[in-house]
Amino acid sequence: MSLPKPMMRGLLAKRTRIVLPMAFVSCGGLALFYKYVVGERRKRTYAEFYKNYDATKDFNAMREAGVFDSVQPSGK
Amino acid sequence: MLATRAFSLIGKRAISTSVCVRGGHGVAKVEDYTLPAYHDSPDIPLPEVRFVQNLSAEQKSLKEKEKGSWAALSNDEKLALYRISFKQSYAEMNYRSPEWKTVLGAAFFFFGFTGLFFLWQRKYVFGPVPHTFEPEYKERELQRMLDMRMNPIEGIASKWDYENKQWKK
Repeated sequence: MSLPKPMMRGLLAKRTRIVLPMAFVSCGGLALFYKYVVGERRKRTYAEFYKNYDATKDFNAMREAGVFDSVQPSGK
Repeated sequence: MLATRAFSLIGKRAISTSVCVRGGHGVAKVEDYTLPAYHDSPDIPLPEVRFVQNLSAEQKSLKEKEKGSWAALSNDEKLALYRISFKQSYAEMNYRSPEWKTVLGAAFFFFGFTGLFFLWQRKYVFGPVPHTFEPEYKERELQRMLDMRMNPIEGIASKWDYENKQWKK
């Protein structure tokens, strides 16, 4: 029985040549995914919330509901 | 002193393994775990000792034959020599047995058993939950959270429609 001689050298180099680009691509891909799907979406949500936000109106609504200690509901 | 002189007449070798009468102390007994041991591991291709330490008669004769030309050995003899030196081949060592299914099954079984135990504990050991868990209290809690506009951008208050006094569709 004469088997072919197996690979004796360069085993780590061979594995690294495959695994290293995979690692970079998956890390980069994950980063891009997170940036757009999570980051940009959140930024848009915040921008749209504050576009037409009236802080005084919000404050008065909260005051009427009675959640503050410093001001009481105006009693209107 | 006289005793050691007498011993040297018998043979120097006897002294190292027998008790030296002079001091009354013996040579320490060699424990098994202090000797080099055999390990099957992917990163140890040649372990420190052979797997089979005490060769039988035919194994001894095989070892003698090994000292000659290896081409004269048959395949079975080569295998026998391999098995004298090693316990498992690399293929056997790296074999992924289906034992993990048993292990996972047993782990889940014990999770289930623990779950039953916790159910019993909840019913028979613990007292009642605090009054803050009552439905009416929870409603008042939620109303207060909406009143104070808690998390108005992405959280709970953002899901409530304040004009129509209902949850957003």
